Amino acid sequence: MHSLVAPLLVLVLLFNLFLLGTSRLQAVVNASAAQGVLLGVLTLCMHEGFNGWVVLITLVTILVKGVLIPGMLLRAIRDAAIRREIEPFIGFLPCLLLGALGTGASLIFARTLPLAPQHVGSLLVPAAMATVWSGFLVLTTRRKAINQVVGYLVLENGIYIMGLTLLEAMPFMVEMGVLLDLFVGIFVMGIILNHIRREFSSLDTTHLSALKE
Amino acid sequence: MLLAQVLFPLILGGLALLIRSNTRRPLLLPIGGALHLSGTCAVLLGRAPALEDAWLGLDPLNKIVLAFLSLLFFLCSVYARGYLVQRPDQPNRIFTASLLAFLGMLTLAVEAQHLGLMWVAVEACTLSSAPLLYFNQNPRSLEATWKYMLIGSVGIALALLGSYFLAYSALHGGMSTSLFFRDLVREAPKLSHPWLRAAFILLFVGYGTKMGLAPMHSWKPDAYGEAPGLVGALLAGGLTTCAFLAVLRFFQICCAAHDVAFARSMMIALGLFSMAVAAVFMVRQRDYKRMLAYSSVEHMGILVLGVGIGGLGMFGSLLHMLNNGLTKGVLFLAAANIHRAYGSKRIDDVSGAIRRLPITGALFLAGFFAITGSPPFGPFFSEFTILRATIAGGRYWIAGLFLLMLFVVFVGMSSTVFAVVQGEPSAKASASSYKDNFFTVAPIIAFLSLVLLLGVYVPPPLDHALRQAAAFIEMHP
Repeated sequence: MHSLVAPLLVLVLLFNLFLLGTSRLQAVVNASAAQGVLLGVLTLCMHEGFNGWVVLITLVTILVKGVLIPGMLLRAIRDAAIRREIEPFIGFLPCLLLGALGTGASLIFARTLPLAPQHVGSLLVPAAMATVWSGFLVLTTRRKAINQVVGYLVLENGIYIMGLTLLEAMPFMVEMGVLLDLFVGIFVMGIILNHIRREFSSLDTTHLSALKE
Repeated sequence: MLLAQVLFPLILGGLALLIRSNTRRPLLLPIGGALHLSGTCAVLLGRAPALEDAWLGLDPLNKIVLAFLSLLFFLCSVYARGYLVQRPDQPNRIFTASLLAFLGMLTLAVEAQHLGLMWVAVEACTLSSAPLLYFNQNPRSLEATWKYMLIGSVGIALALLGSYFLAYSALHGGMSTSLFFRDLVREAPKLSHPWLRAAFILLFVGYGTKMGLAPMHSWKPDAYGEAPGLVGALLAGGLTTCAFLAVLRFFQICCAAHDVAFARSMMIALGLFSMAVAAVFMVRQRDYKRMLAYSSVEHMGILVLGVGIGGLGMFGSLLHMLNNGLTKGVLFLAAANIHRAYGSKRIDDVSGAIRRLPITGALFLAGFFAITGSPPFGPFFSEFTILRATIAGGRYWIAGLFLLMLFVVFVGMSSTVFAVVQGEPSAKASASSYKDNFFTVAPIIAFLSLVLLLGVYVPPPLDHALRQAAAFIEMHP
């Protein structure tokens, strides 16, 4: 099972780049969903031997990150009848380049980090850093509120990968709590999205600029 | 018992969802607050349960925070009853339920003895407070809620990454990866230092976002400006204090790992920067609720500055945590009353508060003198303690900057406050229906009396508890 970890992480990284370069909102949400499913499978692959708790975490991760949250976001897209991110603060191509640069940099940087013996040479830590960076880019460069939520989700995915290095250390209760918080967090954001849509008939966050000095 | 204190507010919150009457439902709040306060008294006076293997527990540090939060919530809940009755236009079902859930989650965050559990609880606090900000259901509060959620979530996500880094530092140090605070502190010398430093930076930035330290403070003026005053009091006194507790816990781990110099310099730098940013934005501030938000940024800066100085500064900082929270209670609740009477929070529309609302106006003015560090109120005493520690440490530059910033804030804040308090009330304000009553004034008087008490006389048990907590944080095992 361990041999699958590296290819899966490469897929996660590719989805990051896809997210950074795509304007169609539906594709962006679907990519984040696929990434969520990959993370679930990764969790299963990371663990040696069979353990009921790990299977449960895997299933809950896939359910929350791969099904429930993307489902909510897709519904929001349908309700708001929007298709694309029109003009992000930074264009798609520069964004993609920044993402690729970040991924390369994190691969190089991870070599210089003092890692525990079992993680030396593993893709886990660099993949975590690259995914956090990509999520941050999506979060800060897009105008559509849904894209910002996806950015936050990708950021969380990166942190989740970092958490995989600690699979033995983190009690499952806490993992569950983290997933629950994430789910409720996106749920609350979804409700706010709905209110934003009703109030401004749009999901463009540039409308949200009344409050300033 | 500790678990009960977390659970029963949630149960009451569920009950609030079931009650149909908009006027009777808010009564649950003072009931919940009073029960919580009596529970806290029982826990603190009773024999402390053993801490081993407990997910929830009391130590010298969170004991003080728990007592403070319980009191803060009780007084705010009395006010909430009076406030919600005067807002029959707005449905308060979700608001009441969220307020109670917020109390439960705050308690959980304070009592948690596990790194992960505390994170989950602080995040849950953020989530349960989002509906509180959206009480007025207008575009402005919507914008504030969205920013609060997004910035808060990113901050708390960074804190999660920091928590993982801290756990990794334990893994790399080859110790048993228990994430209970007592284990981390006990085995701290074994932690891997590069990971520990990276973890502290992320945790400080993450929980610092919750505290509202500059430059991560941008949600604060919007949130405090648009939320009802009592929510402002609970966030500025409760949630920020909780986040400060988290920062203190990680600072304690750095102390125990004998790797604290960088944490100190980071805290001093960010503390001074927060004070400076707040001072700049407070000068010529036209909105008296946003002014209070910047005041909160300033005082969060003072708190971490005191911790960075250490020693006596740590004691001053803990005392200031109480003083600041209580004074914010005075200011936010008084500001809410003024807002009710005038229907505006711009100083262009508001003047003569002391004539229109003699009691509230006077309390607002007294609160202003208290928060800017005028004797004989509590904040004077705690700020003076931090200043003394700075000078005793030979850091004259920091002391000078600290004094300068306090002075600028005093001048900046006074022009806004006096514009609100002095002059003649407008005809529209005189005609509005709001009048001070017991529920909307008594909590403010209680807050102010406590602030005054802490200024003239710190009761010996509290003094002892604060010293114990300061020693608990900076001890080296």
